[in-house]
Amino acid sequence: MAHASELIESDINAYLKSHEHKSLLRFITCGSVDDGKSTLIGRLLYESKMIFEDQLSALEADSKKVGTRGGELDFALLVDGLAAEREQGITIDVAYRFFSTDKRKFIVADTPGHEQYTRNMVTGASTADLAVILIDARRGVLTQTRRHSYIVSLLGIRRIVLAINKMDLVEYGQPRFAEIERDYRAFAALIGLTDITAIPLSAVYGDNIIERGANMPWYVGPTLMGHLEAVPVEDQSQTLPFRMPVQWVNRPNLDFRGFAGRIASGRVQAGDRLKVVPSGRESRVARIVTADGDLPYAIAGQCVTITLTDEVDVSRGDVLVDMQALPQTADQFEATLIGLGETAIFPGRSYLMKLATKVVTATVNPLKYRVDVNTLERLAAERLELNDIGVVELELDQPIAFEEYAKSRELGGFILIDRITNNTVAAGMLHFALRRSQNVHWQFLDVNKASRAQLNRQRPCVVWLTGYSGAGKSTIANLIEKRLFSLGRRTYLLDGDNVRHGLNRDLGFTEQDRVENIRRVAEVARLMVDAGLIVLVSFISPFRAERRAARALLGEGEFFEVFVDTSLAAAEARDVKGLYKKARAGALKNFTGIDSPYEPPEAPEIHIDTARLSAVEGADLIIETLARQGVLRVD
Amino acid sequence: MRADGGGQVAAAAAAQSTMTTTLTHLQRLEAESIYILREVVAECERPVMLYSIGKDSSVMLHLAKKAFHPAKPPFPLLHVDTTWKFRAMYEFRDRMARELGIELLVHVNPEGLAQGINPFTHGSQVHTDVMKTQGLKQALDKYGFDVAFGGARRDEEKSRAKERIFSFRSAQHRWDPKNQRPELWSLYNTRKHKGESIRVFPISNWTELDVWQYIHLENIPIVPLYFSARRPVVNRDGALIMVDDERMPLRPGERPEMRSVRFRTLGCYPLTGAVESEATALPQIIQEMLLTKSSERQGRVIDHDAAASMEKKKQEGYF
Repeated sequence: MAHASELIESDINAYLKSHEHKSLLRFITCGSVDDGKSTLIGRLLYESKMIFEDQLSALEADSKKVGTRGGELDFALLVDGLAAEREQGITIDVAYRFFSTDKRKFIVADTPGHEQYTRNMVTGASTADLAVILIDARRGVLTQTRRHSYIVSLLGIRRIVLAINKMDLVEYGQPRFAEIERDYRAFAALIGLTDITAIPLSAVYGDNIIERGANMPWYVGPTLMGHLEAVPVEDQSQTLPFRMPVQWVNRPNLDFRGFAGRIASGRVQAGDRLKVVPSGRESRVARIVTADGDLPYAIAGQCVTITLTDEVDVSRGDVLVDMQALPQTADQFEATLIGLGETAIFPGRSYLMKLATKVVTATVNPLKYRVDVNTLERLAAERLELNDIGVVELELDQPIAFEEYAKSRELGGFILIDRITNNTVAAGMLHFALRRSQNVHWQFLDVNKASRAQLNRQRPCVVWLTGYSGAGKSTIANLIEKRLFSLGRRTYLLDGDNVRHGLNRDLGFTEQDRVENIRRVAEVARLMVDAGLIVLVSFISPFRAERRAARALLGEGEFFEVFVDTSLAAAEARDVKGLYKKARAGALKNFTGIDSPYEPPEAPEIHIDTARLSAVEGADLIIETLARQGVLRVD
Repeated sequence: MRADGGGQVAAAAAAQSTMTTTLTHLQRLEAESIYILREVVAECERPVMLYSIGKDSSVMLHLAKKAFHPAKPPFPLLHVDTTWKFRAMYEFRDRMARELGIELLVHVNPEGLAQGINPFTHGSQVHTDVMKTQGLKQALDKYGFDVAFGGARRDEEKSRAKERIFSFRSAQHRWDPKNQRPELWSLYNTRKHKGESIRVFPISNWTELDVWQYIHLENIPIVPLYFSARRPVVNRDGALIMVDDERMPLRPGERPEMRSVRFRTLGCYPLTGAVESEATALPQIIQEMLLTKSSERQGRVIDHDAAASMEKKKQEGYF
């Protein structure tokens, strides 16, 4: 470790100070087997003087014994640390190596090239800022190059160094270099990788690693080390809104209750208004506690313990967030999965899903497609095997707060765990919440339609009575409500005339207004169903399209259309309110049946023929149907 | 050497006014380690922290204090004792446990003790296997710990560089290096079956320089043997071995002489080589470390026994 030795010798404190403020770059090396990854890292360590003399003498001995370079130093032996790796001369698992230069510190993950060890490559890639993708100049872009590039892009690594290695074996020729770069860029563009720096190298001889060397005068770009030292490392987590997944509740005594976690993004200071998601409770930051004293503020990446001004319910897995910029919550997502387990992922099977500090149950349903990494073709698949990449929909047993993975690795990356073997069987990246899960509101999610229904011991629904004015809709609706009320059910009756006195006072009887009249009533009915009620709607509602629209607002089995079927003649003969007479006289415009059409239902759930059934019998028929459909009982 | 008044790392961050939007390298490492410590406590039933009294253990203990403040670390310390540590280490261990008020469990392999296993007559391999590896497994089984924190770092040794932060062990305490669990982002899978356990290494990503710099900035107490002093040593097989007590048999012609030495790592005194040094303060120690041409494990006899010896020991249950 003899770099910067002058400063170390002359002023150790100044050296330590400068070292403390060096930036850190985490990168991976990947590519196909035998592209020279381990050799390259060994060379980087060697050239940056990170190898001690005792390690070097061990390397010399190893190189003679098992090296592949005829007794010369075999740098790969510095990195391949497992006995099995040294025996077989391959990399099985990711190795983490540390080195620093005068400008920067580095953690490099050397990842295996063999396809069967792809999951170890994924492990290394998940924490990297940059990927060095090695290519053997003789062989060009291979399947494994494409596979690794695709995984790198999925894991959100944007910066690529295309290290075209073994240039010494192609006479250091520029045309070959240009050809490979062109091939690679064409593929990379398809997977959204555009920030690519191509460098011609010889890891064995050291060309363009740290020194340029004399063999490739045609190359004018940076050396590998020069590029790694200069490439910007941005931390976008600092600019995003505040998020802190609660990791552990710290309760040493009755007077202290703090929420420990690492800030995933943004910043927080004492006094900030926060929301707890998914529960939706609000409070303020009282203190930001650390062992070194309270902090006035804290930023992304720091581990702190936050206390709140109110006694709110917060547990591990909840996320503390900025009131002004709330994350989404949902329980159904689209996501990309990478298969990591010996057993395949099957749709319909339930797994444990860990995202940030939250563990929930997730079911893959459906498996939309698998991606062929060579062609990027979408293929139909019944399961995801080890190392397969696919896009799925996930159903969770409860809503969680999340971010799109592209925005936040912390709140968008997850693993799936097999419930029986306890193995990690997939890595996942969330894309977005599915539309059908958006009706899960993030305010007080623990109380929802289902729980209210449970409390009311009924299944909320709409009973929609349609028919001519004077057919007896209101009479029947009134009878049903009295019956349900006496059974202890929670109901509400929306009556056409009553609603027109309030909510729909501004509407007349033109076709357009009638459409709006029904739209509003349908929306109100939907809210009431969400509130857990059995809603009776008694409206002429003459148009099929509007009744269909109302039905579409509600779930399967929540809408009962009741056709109160009376002939126009019978209704007009009764004319309880004297409206037909007025309409016939021309005093009422657009009256249904007179100068506006009525479109009878084609397939109502219940049909009441008033010529054969009395109002009481009609009400009985409806109650019977509801009971049979399970509306009055919740198991 | 005192612990109070520390917190330089966090204090430096706070002092950098409201403009601070980045953390230093050590602040990041500290946060990562604290996150790992908390994750275990939140998800596992019965964790324990292995305490070997060395500088890495001192850093671990300091991190544990920080992670759970104002609560005390919610797990005990376990020292698997070989009875061959330096006397100064035992003194330091007992003082730390007393001052911090953390429960300290000490386990010595009773069979090894009965058989009088020692590094002189049985050699370092047998001694390490019986007193450390077997002793550790006994202690973990005896107390039913399902997770053990260790202070190993990836920069120490080649097989450590390959190991996960959460390193899964079978019910027989075996490590399978060819079949490690994927470990993505900072999502650690702590699920295991009954009898299985996990070794967790919170300072995996620290380097030797990081450890020393952190000790310096945070004023973390360490065993005085790390600082140079005049100590009685003999030169044996190229290593300077300190004659720490009367149990050490001297070979013909060996005569302890007083030399200014210190230790880069601490283990069993007959197995730990000293380096000649005048460094009596941390900056000097760091200076020497940066200018040295040999790695810190050079002073350890254990690593030289066989190629890939660490990997083999780890498979058998050693840390």
